[in-house]
Amino acid sequence: MMRGMGIFRLVLRNAVRHRLRTALTICGIALAVLAFGVLRTVIAAWYSGVATAAPDRLVTRSRISITFTLPVSQKEKIARIPGVVGVTTGTWFGGVYKDPKNFFAQIAVEGPQTFSFWPELLADPGALEAFTATRNGAVVGVDLMDRFGWKVGDVIRLKGTIYPGDWDFVICGTYHGRDERADETQFLFNWNYIEQRMAQEAPMRMGQVGWWVIKIDDPARAASICQAVDAEFRNSSDETLTETEAAFQQSFIAMAGTIIVALRVISFLVIGVILLVAANTMAMTARERIPEYAVLKTLGFQGPHILGLIAGESVMIATLGGILGMLLMTPLLRGMGVALRAWFPSFPVEPRTYAMTLAAALAVGILAAVFPSWRAMRVSIVDGLRRID
Amino acid sequence: MSEPVIDVRNVVKAYRRDRLEIPVLSGLSLAVPPGDYMAMMGPSGSGKTTLLNLIAGIDRPDRGDVIVAGTNLADLGESDLAKWRARHIGFIFQFYNLLPALTAAGNVELPLLLTKLSRRERREHVLAALELVGLSDRVNHYPRQLSGGQEQRVAIARAIVTDPTVIVADEPTGDLDKQSAADILDLLGRLNTEFKKTIVMVTHDPRAAERAHVVRHLDKGELE
Repeated sequence: MMRGMGIFRLVLRNAVRHRLRTALTICGIALAVLAFGVLRTVIAAWYSGVATAAPDRLVTRSRISITFTLPVSQKEKIARIPGVVGVTTGTWFGGVYKDPKNFFAQIAVEGPQTFSFWPELLADPGALEAFTATRNGAVVGVDLMDRFGWKVGDVIRLKGTIYPGDWDFVICGTYHGRDERADETQFLFNWNYIEQRMAQEAPMRMGQVGWWVIKIDDPARAASICQAVDAEFRNSSDETLTETEAAFQQSFIAMAGTIIVALRVISFLVIGVILLVAANTMAMTARERIPEYAVLKTLGFQGPHILGLIAGESVMIATLGGILGMLLMTPLLRGMGVALRAWFPSFPVEPRTYAMTLAAALAVGILAAVFPSWRAMRVSIVDGLRRID
Repeated sequence: MSEPVIDVRNVVKAYRRDRLEIPVLSGLSLAVPPGDYMAMMGPSGSGKTTLLNLIAGIDRPDRGDVIVAGTNLADLGESDLAKWRARHIGFIFQFYNLLPALTAAGNVELPLLLTKLSRRERREHVLAALELVGLSDRVNHYPRQLSGGQEQRVAIARAIVTDPTVIVADEPTGDLDKQSAADILDLLGRLNTEFKKTIVMVTHDPRAAERAHVVRHLDKGELE
């Protein structure tokens, strides 16, 4: 038994004996957990589309590739499949706004009804009426408006890549997310605008959409409805691949699978490196104090007390490093979220990331103390005292 | 005659260095009655500190028995031996061995952290011990702020604060100037005469040894 305050005071005093060493270790751990937290957040950002996917939405695309279009005639057939309560479309436009680096998602949709499919996107008052009334109208996410300083009524010219030519759009309203995970960087416009231009410029490209979004009545039946949709178009010239929205998003992530695996590995390598640094610091500290531990053992202290002193100091330093890292993480991630919003519409700073970061710091503290404690506990009093002479 | 408080019987002890076995004590026996003040002298390597370590329970003999305060130390496991040391032994080192991170009071309080005393009670004991060694005005000083003699007095306060049965001192004046050494020896004398503490002291210093009631000479692991 030992008085807790007594050992805590000793741990505290020991921790500040080598101020520079302790400060450098704390900073090292802070930087490591900061890197860990940032990498985990980037990975989470990659998966944010999956996380926000609704279970009652399916996505149908060409079985060959997402880059192949589907005929608009499929819509009625899909709508008749039992369990389907609504069908709408989306088409990737891929235009360039002034410079290719100003990338953002431009999607041709079926007018205002789109918003009933995505209740997490809330159109601002008046936006939908204007959207209906304006042939080349666009409803734009507030983040994207903010990014380019656009205002409602502005005319935005995009240079078409998939659909060649200059395309002028009138911003007739904005939308915002129901929560912070929602994508507020999309540029949504009427599919009819493309259709009408194609009628004049490339009639053979008329009646084509990028993908179908299907609303179903029961998420539990998603698998059977997916099969029914694909069965409807089997052996046709436009075979489909239907999957849940989450699986659809996941398929995009799979394309970047190697990068994500690399980020995951690096995030743990960073923790591994700082673990070695912290363990080295604690080993050095414990080695210097072997005579003191021998004195404590002479006074009647035992192995668990020595373990408490070393592990307590190690965990205290690691925790301080973890807290410092987390304090730095919040503004850094906010800044990154703004800088990267073209690529990561949702850059979620999740409580889970903070919990993982703190857990990583604690794990470093505990693991770094294992070997030094084991060694300090094993040294006999006589051998420990001999090091003083 | 009363039972000896320290009873060392036919103790054999050797150290192993690499493949060499270095015999230190070979069948040594020693009895110290309660309240005695014994000095052990002898050349370096004669086994004085080894014997002191065995009496203090911080080392174990290869053969033989060490019975201190009625307990045969061979019967105790490591954990019980640590508790026994905390209860019965006050150890004074040549180089004081204070923890530099703690004040004088913090160092003296260390052995009390292993007891059930409340914080207030611990404080009272600490102040009493420091007063006894004449350092009431150095309670909050760190070791680096004390002279060698003062450090050793703090170490003595730490050794006596739990009221141990036996005080063992390993060359307690070996690192001190003449005056400080005399002060420490006066203090040990008081602990023996006023507080009836049994003291076993290892020393090279004849002036220290002459303060003891009994002086034993150890040479090549055998008492003369």
